[in-house]
Amino acid sequence: MTGLVIENLSMRFDLPNGTSVQALQDVSLELAQGELLSVLGPSGCGKTTLLNIVAGFLAPTEGRITLNGHRVTGPDAERGMVFQQGALFEWMNVRENVSFGPRMRGLREKDYGANVDHLLNVVGLRDFMEKSVYELSGGMQQRVALARCLANDPDVILMDEPLGALDALTREKMQSLVLKLWKETGKTIILITHSVEEALLLGERLLVMAPRPGRIHREYRLPFADMGVSADLRQVKKHSEFAARREEILGMIWDMEEEIMGRTEVAS
Amino acid sequence: MIVLALYAAIFVASYLLVKSIVHRTTTDYASLKTVTFGDESAVVPDRLASFVSLLTIFLLWAAFTGSSLVPSFLHAPGPFIGTASFDYTAELSDGRRDDATVTVIVSRAGDTPEVPEVDPGDGFAKNDVDVIGAWRSGLVRVDRNDEVPEGVEETVVAVNGEPLAPGGTVQTAYGRVGMSPKGTLNFEPAKGWQMEPIWLPSPEAVAARFVDIARDGYRDSTLWEHLGFSLFRVVVGFLFGALVGIPLGYAMGLSAWFRGWFDPIVEFMRPVPPLALIPLVIIWAGIGETGKIILLFLAALWIMAIAARSGVSGVNIAKVHAAYSLGASKAQIMRHVIVPNSLPEIFTGARVAMGVCWGTVVAAELVAAEKGAGMMIMVASKFQLTDIVIMGIILIGVIGFGIDMLMRWAERILVPWKGKS
Repeated sequence: MTGLVIENLSMRFDLPNGTSVQALQDVSLELAQGELLSVLGPSGCGKTTLLNIVAGFLAPTEGRITLNGHRVTGPDAERGMVFQQGALFEWMNVRENVSFGPRMRGLREKDYGANVDHLLNVVGLRDFMEKSVYELSGGMQQRVALARCLANDPDVILMDEPLGALDALTREKMQSLVLKLWKETGKTIILITHSVEEALLLGERLLVMAPRPGRIHREYRLPFADMGVSADLRQVKKHSEFAARREEILGMIWDMEEEIMGRTEVAS
Repeated sequence: MIVLALYAAIFVASYLLVKSIVHRTTTDYASLKTVTFGDESAVVPDRLASFVSLLTIFLLWAAFTGSSLVPSFLHAPGPFIGTASFDYTAELSDGRRDDATVTVIVSRAGDTPEVPEVDPGDGFAKNDVDVIGAWRSGLVRVDRNDEVPEGVEETVVAVNGEPLAPGGTVQTAYGRVGMSPKGTLNFEPAKGWQMEPIWLPSPEAVAARFVDIARDGYRDSTLWEHLGFSLFRVVVGFLFGALVGIPLGYAMGLSAWFRGWFDPIVEFMRPVPPLALIPLVIIWAGIGETGKIILLFLAALWIMAIAARSGVSGVNIAKVHAAYSLGASKAQIMRHVIVPNSLPEIFTGARVAMGVCWGTVVAAELVAAEKGAGMMIMVASKFQLTDIVIMGIILIGVIGFGIDMLMRWAERILVPWKGKS
């Protein structure tokens, strides 16, 4: 079985005050090689927990994850990660950051150099490769993070709200870049986001999760990511189906949020 | 109080003067800010003020010590030096009265003035001559040469015509004449406003002493040996402290067991001032080099351990996760993520530790040492050699400042990413 298989994943942990939290309940999912899945949901629905389990940073209490047939037990270079921000190494310049993975595997400059330069070119940072990362803008830093992840040639790329801290214009450019990289490299991508629009634009498949306990609420297959590869993202957004889906999902999340707020009110 | 008032007056006056004369012609961004009160970034130190500040301290010091480095019109009024005289009126118990003159030679300490012969004059009260040092006072036994018949008591009843009783004083143009309860006169020449060299020597005296000691040494060691020994102790103590403290801090930041084991020790030892350990260290290791280095080791150890620990704890977990996801091993994460990430904190700790060590070594040398900056000023103070004490304090300050500058420079070169994440 190739691809990423998530089977009956549950995660439950105790809090210091004696209660316990069911962060995930019976989450199952299959992702074929090259699929782009976006995950959406109100806060507390366990989407970041799910990503951390797939990355291998957390162990589930039940269920298992397999990638290309072998079980996931810890972090590994086959599953690359792009964080919201702050995960670059300030003590290295842009090129050293991007070449971090190959260097840790003991490769020499002549083995990885061409690929790193190519990736810097793809993300448009060729002229900045000698700069320190703290001299770059937020959007450029995220492009470094993308290139660093790709330089390691992982099978799966996990993105935890990678564009969440960017301004609207930069974000739109980065969305195009993510689509382009996805199409060119054929990587399996799981992208967590708070933005319904971003989830629709980038997700070939879209997972809406619900909180308390964290579970899969609804799954969609969407055509917009394929459209976005060739067309302007703003044109895609004008699509009538896009607008309809956006309203549908916004309403869904809105209801969940209201339910949480209502419960909180009763509790207090 | 006078000096303080003068200082405040110079502060205000120079501010107003500079403000009215110097019109800022810069047009950089900060100069265009209209809100500067409360905007910390708009407050940059006025270097002219720093210059005037240092100049003021120097001038006040020079003025109140009669320094030859500044023109004499700037000097505060000095003590009276020269030949003073006052008249006294003596009365015998049989009712006779007579006047005589006392001549007092007032000289600087160390000078041996010539004592002139004076004409004894007429009457039973004879003229006297005496020598008193500036800033001092002395008894003037006016009756020792007076011709007083047997069985008759002589008492001084007035000075310069002003009546004087036991316990009273009379101000003369040259100083104060007082009378002890037993009736003996004492004379205190006017002291003026200047400080006596044993309290505060003049700048040039301190400089001269510096040249002197730099050339000839003090207490069987050259000045450079004294300072070098202090520095050597600090550097060795700090290095040992860092050598043990940094790995300890890393272990505490990386392992729950280490953290739990050493937390009570570190948290208890941290607030203990190193100075409080001096007696124990002297009991255990004596007053030699070993004791001092142990003390400085202990002073630096906890600071470095805590700095390294917070450097490790301060690493953004996303960086560690990212490194694991990129395939780095634990050793590689240590080498490429945790160590560089903790370096800024360690440098901050090192700066603090060097400062504390420098303070501690001077204090330890004050207590007991054969060589060292602290020993130098402590021994000098016992002999009232205030110029050496002041010279030592200035040198200790300059070296402490130099150490801090050096550490800051090293920090800028070695950890340019400090505060940039």
